[in-house]
Amino acid sequence: MSTDFLYLVEVLINGLMAGVMYSLVALGFVLIFKASGIFNYAQGVMALFAALTLAGVMEGQVPFAHLINAVFGTEIHHFGWHVPALLAILLTVGVMVIFAWAVQRFVFRHLVGQEPIILFMATIGLAYFLEGVGDLMWGSDIKTLALGLPQGGSRWIEDMTAGMGGDDFYGFFIDKLDMVATVVAIILVASLIAFSQYTKHGRAMRAVADDHQAALSVGISLNFIWILVWSLAGFVALVAGIMWGAKSGVQFSLSLIALKALPVLMLGGFTSIPGAIVGGLIIGVGEKLFEFSVGPLIGGATENWFAYVLALVVLVFRPQGLFGEKIIERV
Amino acid sequence: MTMKKLAALAVTATIAAAPVMAELVIPDLSYRTGPYAAGGTPFSDGYQDYFNMLNARDGGIGGEMLRVLECETGYNTEKGVECYESTKGEGALVYQPLSTGITYQLIPKATADGIPLHTMGYGRTSAANGEVFNWVFNYPANYWDAASVMVNYLLAENGDSLEGKKIALVYHNSAYGKEPIRTLENLSAQHGFELTQLAVDHPGQEQKSQWLQIRRERPDYVLMWGWGVMNQVAVQEAANIGFPMENFIGNWWSGAEHDVTPAGAGANGYKSLNMNRIDANLPVFDDIKTHVHEAGNAAGDGTNVGKVLYTRGMYAAMLASEAIAKAQEIHGVADITPAMMRDGMEALELTAARMEELGMAGVGPEFSVSCQDHGGTGLGIVQQWDADAGQWNALTDYIAPDDAVTLPLVMEDSAAFAAENGIEAGCM
Repeated sequence: MSTDFLYLVEVLINGLMAGVMYSLVALGFVLIFKASGIFNYAQGVMALFAALTLAGVMEGQVPFAHLINAVFGTEIHHFGWHVPALLAILLTVGVMVIFAWAVQRFVFRHLVGQEPIILFMATIGLAYFLEGVGDLMWGSDIKTLALGLPQGGSRWIEDMTAGMGGDDFYGFFIDKLDMVATVVAIILVASLIAFSQYTKHGRAMRAVADDHQAALSVGISLNFIWILVWSLAGFVALVAGIMWGAKSGVQFSLSLIALKALPVLMLGGFTSIPGAIVGGLIIGVGEKLFEFSVGPLIGGATENWFAYVLALVVLVFRPQGLFGEKIIERV
Repeated sequence: MTMKKLAALAVTATIAAAPVMAELVIPDLSYRTGPYAAGGTPFSDGYQDYFNMLNARDGGIGGEMLRVLECETGYNTEKGVECYESTKGEGALVYQPLSTGITYQLIPKATADGIPLHTMGYGRTSAANGEVFNWVFNYPANYWDAASVMVNYLLAENGDSLEGKKIALVYHNSAYGKEPIRTLENLSAQHGFELTQLAVDHPGQEQKSQWLQIRRERPDYVLMWGWGVMNQVAVQEAANIGFPMENFIGNWWSGAEHDVTPAGAGANGYKSLNMNRIDANLPVFDDIKTHVHEAGNAAGDGTNVGKVLYTRGMYAAMLASEAIAKAQEIHGVADITPAMMRDGMEALELTAARMEELGMAGVGPEFSVSCQDHGGTGLGIVQQWDADAGQWNALTDYIAPDDAVTLPLVMEDSAAFAAENGIEAGCM
């Protein structure tokens, strides 16, 4: 096989892996939109906040230390202990559940029946508020997530495949972190599907997603379901935050990963969990192949805009996305 | 209200306002929030702590107290301009925007308002030509100096020849990141190395394509012009593909502690330039701790003291303070105006003896500024990250850039700017 072809395959594999990382972010958007019709602008910031909380809890950092020190003239920063990863994850999930409850109790309960654009605006406010709280709570320095996730290319795969091409082919590079992310994404999607298909609350969630009024009429608590959905989105945000944070450290630019999820949603559809996965894979592969083949001819850095071009093309022919529900309104 | 009461109020207000008017006002366009906060915070801490130390220890400069006006830009150009507009009326003496984007927007405004800009090692490189950019200073070094220093370092490492070598430039796809390209292209033609340019889009969280290309093409060296998350991801990706870290060199905005710590042991051996030497044992830090931190007036939480960007912020504040003192000396007044500040900056001369006297021996190179040269000497050191010790170690002394390459570029670019804007070059 020619070296060029093998490198093309390598780009394709890495595109798929990158797509999984995008899908992890997109999943949170889908969960909330499907259940409540809200496009949650704050999903990226939720990933940041969850990762900040996890890193802060693990390091034994005192939340709001800067504020406490400024008000009381103290000099406290750390509790002096380190929390094991698993316990820290559980505590962070707890924080995200409290956040979900607070969002429902103090924001969306007061906005029932409002236009979608109002709800969207509320999530913009929520995003900036949460970013500010995260800063105040945990500080703006970069935190390292010591979860023991593997990093770097798989030497075994490299060695096994190095002989496939000529001397200029060095074997396939596949990042171990991306492989872990893929496994995590598969488990996450399978769990979400199993939850929505086989549990009482999951079925209630689907009922609410199908028809709020009908769900209410059979005694399903909308309030509870929306807290549940925001909690699930918070959990998905934590997973995305861990995976992206492992690459770059946990820092405020994590909130911008939402920009990578938008074309995925446009392409896959806002209401489909499989759509978020397939959309992510298509975007990941598409942008990487374009950068590989056309990028060098036009100065590179094509990935950000090409992902949106891909999504736009799909929108033109299929406005609801590849897997989204077609909305037909009769007047 | 009677006229007498009104007059009394006016007199009271004037008396109350008088001390404020007499202060030396230094705006600090900081960014402690947003994606670039990790870099903006330590710089701002160092910048403010030094001025606060001068107030507490020396009673300001020349008997005049300093007043720092902090304004949060979030590294956002529009907010940076808003900060400038909202603080310039306070009697601002000099602006240090810490952003190339904000600098480009402020150059015409500050020039029209007659307020000096100090863009230390960033901003518009050709502002080094003081005859065109009367109000802009970028000493002690600029981007083109950095590119040339990197190549001079590599020349020294390779027996004075880079013939046939492959060098890749990984750069932030912005005005900042594109700054060194022309210099490197000229140097590539001069020294016979092959230059590959790899752009990374903002913010730089995803760089897989660029590093797969590096893995395929196997350049001998990778140079980086990054900022923010781009740095951390690039260092991690380089470690992931097994690129030899000692052949990976970032510029001075890609060489702070937080740029390498997320990659852990993988970052060991990574190199970067620095325009100032770092030494946590500088006597000036003791003064800062005693007079500022222990007094509860620290700009941050005190954890950044001695780090790369804290030291650079403190160094920038020292350069501003020295220019203030020089302006006071030239004009014979303590309460200087922005125009006098400009004169002080243009007459600035920093010697080794003076830096030692200030408790920061060797923190920067010796240099002097003139009407023609607002850029300083352009010297830079190469430092290397020791992941085990968790510290940067200087590998070289100050390395000089190749002025024969950079100066013609400065003159050409500044002449084009002068022609575009109808500026007649000359000293003020």
